[in-house]
Amino acid sequence: MLKNRHIQGWLQASPLTLVLLGFLILPIITIVVVSFWQATEFSIIPAFSFENYEFLFGSPVTYKVFFATFKYAFITWAMTLAIGFTVAYYLAFHIRSQTLQIALFLLCTIPFWTSNIIRMISWIPFLGRNGIANSALQSWGIIDQPLEWLLYSDFSVILAFVHLYTLFMVVPIFNTMTRIDHSLIEAARDNGASGFQTLVHVILPLTKPGIMIGTIFVLTLVMGDFITVRFMSGSQKANVGRLISNDISLLQYPSAAATAVILLITVLIVIGILLRFVDIRKEL
Amino acid sequence: MSSALDLELVNLTKRYGDTVAVDKINYRFKNGTYVCLLGPSGCGKSTTLRMIAGHETVSDGSITLDGFDISHLPPAKRGTAMMFQSYALFPHLNVRDNVSFSLKMKGIDKAERHKAAQEMLELVHMTDFADRLPAQLSGGQQQRVALARALVTKPRVLLLDEPLSALDPFLRIKVRAELKRLQRELGITFLHVTHGQDEALALADEIVVMNNSVIEQAGAARDVWNAPKTEFVARFMGGHNVISLDGSKVALRADEVLLGDAGLSATVTSVEYQGAHVAMTSMTEAGEEVLALVPESTFFSNPKNPGDAVSLSWDEGRLHRLQA
Repeated sequence: MLKNRHIQGWLQASPLTLVLLGFLILPIITIVVVSFWQATEFSIIPAFSFENYEFLFGSPVTYKVFFATFKYAFITWAMTLAIGFTVAYYLAFHIRSQTLQIALFLLCTIPFWTSNIIRMISWIPFLGRNGIANSALQSWGIIDQPLEWLLYSDFSVILAFVHLYTLFMVVPIFNTMTRIDHSLIEAARDNGASGFQTLVHVILPLTKPGIMIGTIFVLTLVMGDFITVRFMSGSQKANVGRLISNDISLLQYPSAAATAVILLITVLIVIGILLRFVDIRKEL
Repeated sequence: MSSALDLELVNLTKRYGDTVAVDKINYRFKNGTYVCLLGPSGCGKSTTLRMIAGHETVSDGSITLDGFDISHLPPAKRGTAMMFQSYALFPHLNVRDNVSFSLKMKGIDKAERHKAAQEMLELVHMTDFADRLPAQLSGGQQQRVALARALVTKPRVLLLDEPLSALDPFLRIKVRAELKRLQRELGITFLHVTHGQDEALALADEIVVMNNSVIEQAGAARDVWNAPKTEFVARFMGGHNVISLDGSKVALRADEVLLGDAGLSATVTSVEYQGAHVAMTSMTEAGEEVLALVPESTFFSNPKNPGDAVSLSWDEGRLHRLQA
């Protein structure tokens, strides 16, 4: 009987286990294995060599690109957090009727009904040298010359990132905020807290798990991205994702795999550090 | 006994659109008394309390404390403090930080803050739990912390919004004794909202019975119970029979109904043994139910059963005429 129940348990868990094994664990193992292979311009040789890693850590380009990736991730995180927190706060605490709350929340998601790429590319005619932004600014007399840094720059890359990923910050923060008991805010007011003090001492600490989930979303999305950087910088800027995609387009799979392994480890370390600060388990 | 320190409501009104939640109520709460605002749900008692606390705006009229109009001051500037129904403890702060929250908002330094919190926790016997989070406390303990947090601001008036409703019946009786002790020790006004008449009788020096947005009757607990002015108060306070005699309604305490040979004839409908008393319900010929609480020994010397005919009598002086 006991044995039967064991078997039942294993059977119930097996579909998900198989899916995860086949589509998550196996590919990662493959990547790790391939990262130790050797490659020349025209062939890939199965081996166990640290060549790829040696090259990766020996090249100043790697550090520059990793730094750029962190820079994008950090700036995007800061801006999506500022916007996401504000939007979620407004929705959760300033909109009294629940119907309106849901309606406005859905409104936030409408841009996300279109593909990422299309939303990204739509910025290009807007930001270009003779684009809407430049011509508007010129006709208002604010600038004489078109601004060169609007497109194909760090500015446009981060703008696109913020545009693409702010919702990933809004949703978890809004979700946590709606669970805050409104009597806590009254209690804070009763204890003499100003609106700002209530925000800092009550709402912010209670929203931390939501902020952390949003942070993980945004960081992993930005750090793993390559297409946004390529399009919005006109291939002039690089991040780790582009490093990997370049290697792949040159059929340098072992080198791409090694970079991917290092990126994966980096992201995991970052998330590990974040999770030490906030317990998100109660949100899940 | 009234002094300038009293809390006074003057024509206090609260309207939500067209509905009136509190209708021009006037009352003077004597300083240092334990007052219960009693009434069924939706009678306006909670709204009144929340207006006094400053969590609800006043539509009309005013609230004065200490001779000053406090109707439009922010909650913390009124000299009142509120204890919330669900306690509203900050879940991310430990007991000590919860209690000293208001001092932190005032910018008082940590050492002083913690000293004040310590004093308050001693008052409610919670010093051993200072480092715990609210989630690690029982309902009764959370309630004490909420009390300490409200009292740390040294309020003139403590407002309690159904403070016992979240506790189990056994704890409720223990905690209400505690509340009474605290009020005596501190000597400040406690204003306690409840819908339980037993709670109100047990605690209050003064009871304010509210119904349909107005004060139905107010006064010392014994006066309200012994001399209900209206049928509503008589029924809501319990322990009274309301019967029609000579075209007007009168109230008669259930424990003053006597079983005799002559009087109002009625038929027994149920008999319930309650220990010290036997609760005997009977139906008069006019179709009104009368409850008689008969001392146990008296009842069993001449026991009655459902269906028996009885004659109900009383001392004429104990009848209490009700306002129409």
